[in-house]
Amino acid sequence: MAEIRNYTMNFGPQHPSAHGVLRLVLELDGETVVRADPHIGLLHRGTEKLIESKPFNQSIGYMDRLDYVSMMCSEHAYVRAIERLLGIEPPIRAQYIRTMYDEITRIGNHMLWIGSSGIDLGAMTVFLYAFREREQTIDMYEAVSGARMHANYYRPGGVYRDLPDTMPKYKETPWTKGKKLKQRNEWREGSLLDFIEAFARDFPSKVDEYETLLTDNRIWKQRTVGIGVLSPERAQQLGCSGPMLRGSGVEWDLRKKQPYAMYHEMDFDIPVGINGDCYDRYLVRVEEMRQSARIILQCVDWLRANPGHVMLKNFKVIPPNREEMKDDMEALIHHFKLFTEGYSVPKGETYAAVEAPKGEFGCYMVSDGANKPFRVHLRAPGFAHLSAMDELARGHMLGDVVALMGTMDIVFGEVDR
Amino acid sequence: MIDMSKSLSSELISCFGDLISVSESGRGMVTIVVPVDKWFEVAQTLRDDSRFTFSQLTDLCGIDYLGFGQVEWETTDATHEGFSRGVEGWGPGRFDWKNRPESTDAEQRFGVVVHLLSTSRNTRLRMKTFAADEGLPIVPSLVEIWNSANWYEREAFDLFGIIFEGHPDLRRILTDYGFSGHPFRKDFPLIGNVTVRYDEEKGRVVYEPVEIVPRVLVPRVIRVDSRYKADDIDKAADEAAELLASRAE
Repeated sequence: MAEIRNYTMNFGPQHPSAHGVLRLVLELDGETVVRADPHIGLLHRGTEKLIESKPFNQSIGYMDRLDYVSMMCSEHAYVRAIERLLGIEPPIRAQYIRTMYDEITRIGNHMLWIGSSGIDLGAMTVFLYAFREREQTIDMYEAVSGARMHANYYRPGGVYRDLPDTMPKYKETPWTKGKKLKQRNEWREGSLLDFIEAFARDFPSKVDEYETLLTDNRIWKQRTVGIGVLSPERAQQLGCSGPMLRGSGVEWDLRKKQPYAMYHEMDFDIPVGINGDCYDRYLVRVEEMRQSARIILQCVDWLRANPGHVMLKNFKVIPPNREEMKDDMEALIHHFKLFTEGYSVPKGETYAAVEAPKGEFGCYMVSDGANKPFRVHLRAPGFAHLSAMDELARGHMLGDVVALMGTMDIVFGEVDR
Repeated sequence: MIDMSKSLSSELISCFGDLISVSESGRGMVTIVVPVDKWFEVAQTLRDDSRFTFSQLTDLCGIDYLGFGQVEWETTDATHEGFSRGVEGWGPGRFDWKNRPESTDAEQRFGVVVHLLSTSRNTRLRMKTFAADEGLPIVPSLVEIWNSANWYEREAFDLFGIIFEGHPDLRRILTDYGFSGHPFRKDFPLIGNVTVRYDEEKGRVVYEPVEIVPRVLVPRVIRVDSRYKADDIDKAADEAAELLASRAE
């Protein structure tokens, strides 16, 4: 009789559903996965080491490039770690802005997730639908920070600037003019806050559209129900967080359990799953989008009613604005020192975690009192999730590996760092 | 939150006694330092004991304490001539492999830091240990206790060369296939040792010694002025706000 051997196959590193650069070595018995060995690090840029060689503020931009679909949440963790070591609290208005933008980020992230995992599992339309709304969240980023993706907007002690009073409008083109142009600019007549409010009010109806496409879709259910089941105990053992943990029925959300920014003032619910399979995690994420819209509306109301500072006025840590520099010697000196040397952070260590859209994003920072961090370790949710791949994939079909990759919501910027 | 950490640290002391050192200076998180030979037992107790129930290991990372607290620009002894302009020392990124800094304190160079989370009690704990030997740092593996430690330990091995005894599959994880050295050690140059390019003649990718000159623009300084103390920061902020308000009037 002929000897039957398992077949070893490479999945990636260049594969559209590998969501970046993952090389997955799969040992297959027929079409069943016997062992999955993810090879990561193809996007390793040594972010943590680079941070050690730069003053604190110069590394905020690296955070955007970690998880490049939920930029501001990574910034939030890093900035919060510095704030804790310095012992400063940003102004309330800045905290509300951060809360609002964290949620905008969450919506943006989940829309990319729903779109791309839809495509992976054969649902093309939802991708087009989701990117239609995602464009608007990116416009919100652009309006506030000038950058569509890598915002670099949060700073220790607040946010870089206040929300603008106008929203950029679409210009007339041969294809978009008259009534159509007016319709496209309908939400953009007022301030950024007006735009965000209009978006957040409208957004739940858009989520309904995604749900019409997927929730009762037979193919979608066949590809996700009962796939990648994680028991609550195993999910905790494997270090899962965020929707991966909540999908298994563990009610754990840092926004509720260890609130930061203004989440303790917010009224929202945490969805949890029952079965811990890909379908439940999908439902959790969909509901999270609705809850995010709810939080955004609460922030908009508060921000409308309460103007004020968005940065501390402590010039030992926060640079003065350029206007003040022109006629104030002290401000000029502070500006010079902060941009040539930076500020020294007291000796100590801290761990600041935020509930990023993918799970717990943490920043462990050690300072020896210098103007640069001594060591920074970034706890990326995707890293822990991907390490569970082997256990989840065993016994599933090759096609289900794609579903698992989608459900983990992996971005290689943060996994490889 | 603060009360929580008080009771946690007293429970830790009553459970482990002198075995570990407990501190609460970790900005809202209790930190314990465990001797490396008790690393595994302490971790086991922390997971299984009903007083702690740390069900999740959220984070594990290595740390290299070489050059901790060293500066490149002494600014303490200001004279009437002002500060010196010379930048000395080998801070991160300022050296290449030939001129790498040498270790002086072999005792506590490599550390492993673990962050634990108890979802049932809603507490976090930082646990730390130091490898005994700098040349061959060995720390017991925690994979059996928390499976999530698997990849984190591989990462710490890859980046710092810390060997985790009992780890089922201790391979490199983040660096390139065939990489030599442990890049996150403080004596490993930021610019690296090799560059990679595609060679047209050979028709393959070749590795060559790195040509970039190490350069960091901002020297590393430590300032312990009063301006960085938390109380003074608040005071300064209030004063500045008042000043601005008066100017606006």
